[in-house]
Amino acid sequence: MSLHALALFMAEEGPHQDDKGITTHHWLLPETYELIYGGLASVIIFTALYKFALPAMKKSLAARTERIQKELDAGSAAKAAAVADAERIRSAKGDIEGERARLLAEADSQAAAMLLDGRSRLTAEAAELEAKADADIAALSGRAGTELHAEIARLSAAVTDSLVANELDAATHNDLIEAFIAKVGAAR
Amino acid sequence: MSNDARIDGYARALFEIARAEGTIDEVEDELFRFARNLDSSDALRNALTDEQIPASRRQGIVEDLLGGKATTTTTQLISLVVGSGRGRELPAIIDRLVQRASSSKSLELAEVRSAVELTSDQQTRLAAALANATGKQVNLKVIIDPAIIGGIVATVGDTVIDGSVRTRLDHLKARL
Repeated sequence: MSLHALALFMAEEGPHQDDKGITTHHWLLPETYELIYGGLASVIIFTALYKFALPAMKKSLAARTERIQKELDAGSAAKAAAVADAERIRSAKGDIEGERARLLAEADSQAAAMLLDGRSRLTAEAAELEAKADADIAALSGRAGTELHAEIARLSAAVTDSLVANELDAATHNDLIEAFIAKVGAAR
Repeated sequence: MSNDARIDGYARALFEIARAEGTIDEVEDELFRFARNLDSSDALRNALTDEQIPASRRQGIVEDLLGGKATTTTTQLISLVVGSGRGRELPAIIDRLVQRASSSKSLELAEVRSAVELTSDQQTRLAAALANATGKQVNLKVIIDPAIIGGIVATVGDTVIDGSVRTRLDHLKARL
């Protein structure tokens, strides 16, 4: 129903009277001046609302929209960062695998080199020890021979001293003395 | 006074006493033998040079050793030196005395080491042989030294004539 039809309908109604005897010109519509004042007041209110409240509401809505957009942007950025982190982790994992392989290869290489070096050094040391042992044996053999000769000489001398001293009787002493006198006497 | 001068002083004094007694030859010979015994016996040397032992005790040891075996003059001279605390210098004093005695007779001291005693005849012939070899008349002093085993070692001044078995064995050892 349009406003015009509604106005006609209400205009068709007669005066209204309540149970206390107060009569209005219409049972639904207020008085005309009330309509005017009410209309004016409504216009003022709506105008004020339009002028003051609407911008604030728009601003609030815009701020809310902006906040939501920021949150959406932040969520998107976080997602992108998470994706990047995931990618980096995957990459790092790949790097770790590579590093592990490299370290294992390097360790294998070093172990092989150390083994080779140790073998060659042991071989050299064994050869050196063998040569030293040969030299020591030769030196000991020579020294033992020399010591044996010296010991034989010492024992022989001691035995000779003892034998000679025991074998010298009075006649031999006398012969030695006479031989000395004869030798000295013939010296000049 | 230096030690050498002191030794010379004692030697001269002992020599003069023995000569005044008219027993220089015998005393000289006995002193020489005693000095060689002193050289070869550590116990005797320690007993006669130990200043912890009273001088009278040391003199008693000398008299016990030589009493009846040497002339009274020899015993008294040694006792005099030992009693005066010069026992350590006694061999040097006696050697100087023997040299002095030899010089007084225009003889060269000939020190002869033998493993056994020489007879009087051997000593005479050895003295003659040494005189012939060195061109000097010698005053022969014989020392019995078993260490040379056999033969004789004669020292006249700086000349040493070694005919000992000990030296021959030493040469043999060196060759071995």
